[in-house]
Amino acid sequence: MFEGVKGFFPPPYDPKEPVDFSSGKFLKMWQGPQHPGITGNMSLELAIAGDTVYDCKTHVGYLHRGFEKLMERRLWMQNFPLVCRIAVPEPDFNEYCYAQAIEELAGVEVPEKAKWLRNLTLEMIRLASYLMWIGGQAGAFGHGTIIQWSATMRDYVLDLFEELSGGRIYHMYIIPGGVRSDLPEGWTAHALEVMETIEKNLDDIELVMFHNAVFKMRAKGLGVIPKDWIDRYGITGPNARAAGFRRDLRKDQPYLVYDKLDFDYVTAEGSDAYDRALVRLGEMYQAIDLIRQMLARMPSGGEFKTALPNPLHWKIPAGETYVKSECTRGEYGFYVVSDGSDKPRRVVVRGPSYTHAVSVMETLVKGQNIADVAGLMVSLHTYPPEIER
Amino acid sequence: MRTIPADIAERFEVGPLVEKRADLSTLDVDSKDVPELLARLRDRHGYRHLSFATATDLFEEGVFVLTYMLHNHEERHSLGVKCRIGRENATMESCHLLWEQMWTYQREMKELFGIDFPGSPRVDESFVLEGWIDIPPMRREFDTREYSERTFPTRPGRSTKDPATHMKEKLYPEAL
Repeated sequence: MFEGVKGFFPPPYDPKEPVDFSSGKFLKMWQGPQHPGITGNMSLELAIAGDTVYDCKTHVGYLHRGFEKLMERRLWMQNFPLVCRIAVPEPDFNEYCYAQAIEELAGVEVPEKAKWLRNLTLEMIRLASYLMWIGGQAGAFGHGTIIQWSATMRDYVLDLFEELSGGRIYHMYIIPGGVRSDLPEGWTAHALEVMETIEKNLDDIELVMFHNAVFKMRAKGLGVIPKDWIDRYGITGPNARAAGFRRDLRKDQPYLVYDKLDFDYVTAEGSDAYDRALVRLGEMYQAIDLIRQMLARMPSGGEFKTALPNPLHWKIPAGETYVKSECTRGEYGFYVVSDGSDKPRRVVVRGPSYTHAVSVMETLVKGQNIADVAGLMVSLHTYPPEIER
Repeated sequence: MRTIPADIAERFEVGPLVEKRADLSTLDVDSKDVPELLARLRDRHGYRHLSFATATDLFEEGVFVLTYMLHNHEERHSLGVKCRIGRENATMESCHLLWEQMWTYQREMKELFGIDFPGSPRVDESFVLEGWIDIPPMRREFDTREYSERTFPTRPGRSTKDPATHMKEKLYPEAL
């Protein structure tokens, strides 16, 4: 049997071996920023030998708009059109964290109805974001059908947002003191119909994707995050829950009306790409259930916003706070410092991708096959804008 | 009401524990004590999760305030450890050995604020601003508008209109 020329192919992966491009053994390959297998505007600088990745550096900055700097130069209220753009598929978590931080510093009380409406939008956008993710995850392993289904389902959720706020992608619905409007007439019935449609579609997705031999073979055992990495790397969200950690800010430190809703942690044990996908699928069903619970239990009447001072002259008392929420990727927070003026002194956005896409990705990808890099990256569910802000 | 653990109060010069919420407090410490204090909080007091590390520029006072936000999952409590360092030749001891993602925050602070963390991995590599040669942009004295006008000048041959005058001309031409 022909065994090839000895020494022609590189030896098996040895993580201790230094990458020396002058040896001629390694090839530098860029994945992104324009690449179907990359999540958003970022790139991975890979050092490969054969088809094995030996080293990786994450590069961000392609979408840097200086959000945090811009916010220091604008009035508190003028920042609302900015904050929602920090995480495109999930603008509402930014709106909520920023509004909640202002309310805490200014001592503004939010009406009960507004809390329910805020909570409703956060779960709706969770569902929409996961629908976008699952299309990417399936696509990274060669399943072109799932993205067509899930993009359609996401559009149905965006229709609901459009009816509610006037905007499909950026809603600017959550504002300090409450929300911009109550539910429109007939909206609840429409929302329940959409939830039923999406639930049926999720059943199909589960059948086609999670029981598919190709997806199982490629995702199982891919990118296993050891349990002791969770705190060492600051890993949160489904990436931590797929490693068996029962950690979810909605349960651990309930905000808005999460303490009034019935739900549990969605966890898994394998901590690989497959289990992370399973956790997210479980949380999609959970989001549908939570939306139904909220629509059934939400108070029908009542104020949905508190009267605020003139936003053009609104000075927030000096102080600082850190407000966080559980977004689809984990801990999403705003650290806000006020010096008592009409503009923020400092706003820091804490996005989970900061560690998932840089420190975790750079370490986890070593030793992987280049064909699996895209699937691994999507399985970490990262968004570059929240890294570069 | 939370109190500062006895071993920390004995070992370090710390300010009062400021309770912002039931689940959020801050603690001011001397910058030289930060690495040891963070290690102690992580190993002995359950603050194993680092949410973020960042800087705030107090330009008027000539200092940067560094904030390390830790979280204790068991007690469900976040603690912001804060210290002050001078703005001139700003340098801080690196804490990259405590958490694996810390070096990224330090690299970012070097790029955006000009705070050096000697020994921190890849601290001199650009993070989001490739090829940046101006002063660190998150410093308060960096004027975004002035930079923009200097770097991206209006091309000759173009004319601009004041938006207010333009709208008046368009809506109320008879008044002009």
